[in-house]
Amino acid sequence: MAKPMAISGNFAAAYSTKQINPHIVAAYPITPQTLMMEKFSEYVANGEVDTELICVESEHSAMSACIGAAAAGGRVITSTAANGLALMFEVVYIAASLRLPMTMCVMNRALSGPINIHCDHSDAMGVRDSGWIQVFNENAQEVYDTMFQACRIGEHKDIKLPVMVNFDGFITSHKVERVDVLDDDVVQDYIGKFEPMYPLLDVDNPLTYGPLDLFDYYFEHKRQQVDAMQKALPIIEKEMKAYGKVSGREYGIMESYHLDDADYVIICMSSTAGTTKFVVDRMRAQGKKVGLLKLRLFRPFPAKQIAEQLAGVKRIAVLDRSESFGAFGGPLFTEVRNALYDVNDKPGITGYVYGLGGRDISADQIEGVFNKLISAPDKMIGDIQYLGVRGD
Amino acid sequence: MGLIEIRWHGRGGQGVVTASELFAEASMLEGNYIQAFPEFGPERMGAPIKAFTRISEAPITIHSHVYTPDIVVVLDPTLLGQVNVTEGLSDDGIILVNYSKDLESLKKILKFKGKVYALDATKLALEKIGRPVANTSCAGALVKITGLVGIDNFLAATVEKFKEKLPEKAVLANKEAIMAAYNGVEQ
Repeated sequence: MAKPMAISGNFAAAYSTKQINPHIVAAYPITPQTLMMEKFSEYVANGEVDTELICVESEHSAMSACIGAAAAGGRVITSTAANGLALMFEVVYIAASLRLPMTMCVMNRALSGPINIHCDHSDAMGVRDSGWIQVFNENAQEVYDTMFQACRIGEHKDIKLPVMVNFDGFITSHKVERVDVLDDDVVQDYIGKFEPMYPLLDVDNPLTYGPLDLFDYYFEHKRQQVDAMQKALPIIEKEMKAYGKVSGREYGIMESYHLDDADYVIICMSSTAGTTKFVVDRMRAQGKKVGLLKLRLFRPFPAKQIAEQLAGVKRIAVLDRSESFGAFGGPLFTEVRNALYDVNDKPGITGYVYGLGGRDISADQIEGVFNKLISAPDKMIGDIQYLGVRGD
Repeated sequence: MGLIEIRWHGRGGQGVVTASELFAEASMLEGNYIQAFPEFGPERMGAPIKAFTRISEAPITIHSHVYTPDIVVVLDPTLLGQVNVTEGLSDDGIILVNYSKDLESLKKILKFKGKVYALDATKLALEKIGRPVANTSCAGALVKITGLVGIDNFLAATVEKFKEKLPEKAVLANKEAIMAAYNGVEQ
């Protein structure tokens, strides 16, 4: 067994990419993603990987290169954040609609403007309808482990979709944590040899990628994408479980923390879920029946599973680290509330937006959210609230 | 050992982040879980900065800033009076300052009721390393004061961290500075 490493989330993403040893990596630097690619380019320069690293002139070009390489039949990895992902927008959709498996790390960062380099989830939420599988990760260990799961999931013959591995910019990307790593051969055995389905480089079987597709067939192709997403959900659950046998660290599409007998539950994603666990421990020690539902998989959205998990709960607070201007609540809130529509004896639900542009969320603030849930007088607990903002 | 939170104060370029990581890495060698991270503000040479270390026997789930540290280390005495170094530190906490004058005058400046330690780490670094970099010395003194990490593991982590970045001579000098601080800090 390899020794644990003290590394940042970015380093964990680079190290797992090294162990995957993909055919092609194409990326453009942007804070807080840069250190991942810096580290990975060291591996390339040292000859520690066989990867061809393509240094491009923009994120749009990075994703375009990845699409070309994946269509050619390669295993492909890239990474970006915030404005870089926004610049990619057009081609992000194309990668998914061409059904090209690839992995993209997104070190979640606030979108401009005003310009800000710190964490929120507005970048990933901007492409939530693009057809990518989206996983949100709590810490560096989870980033490391999810990179391997992403290969298995995206490349699965019944899925063939790109996977976005999200983690919190700076909070996770730059924080040094203990990461337990696997040996290279264990990784290679788990991810397996990459078998492209319709590689462009198979010159004996020529085919076309990305032709004009108007009202005659476009809709059918979109419908197939919908099917792929729906079919992906149980396969993702299975793959995440299977990874537990390999690593000893089992992940689900979500994680229930003291949920079984909980009356008051917070739902959130990424590093805030970790801080919420800390608060749940503290409040449980005082005998309070609080719990956490940490969502890892945001796309495809596991609505039924969430509804099952929340049956019998009295009140829920959903914490969103992004705003959806003009909507009734952040993206996670609207999805969760939607998922609960058909549930008998619905829990009371309230939504919070927090942490925009890297504003810290403290354990005391999360405890305050639980305390408000506990003391709320009625079932519907009001408007969307803004946690930790001046003037509210 | 429950969760321990350490806050490091210094100025950009003084190895504040390195000290926060080094202490964490040494603790990890003993099987513990760790976090080390700076306060992510603008990083400029000479500007006051903070870094943080968390160590625990159990996995660490909290990801917020450190608001109530158990231990504070001040690598640069010129920060005293400029930065509130005891902020959030409870009376049963510990503070170690790189400080060349007597302990009583330090206690007067800090007005802190808990344990106060002083070490002339700059002088020690100049003697052993030849440069006024107090980070490794202060961390070495903290090893002695807190007993949170074994000195052997701390030295091993130091070698591991510096062996590719510094010439062998500089690594040895840092080890000597650590040992001098470890043996010299006033208990």
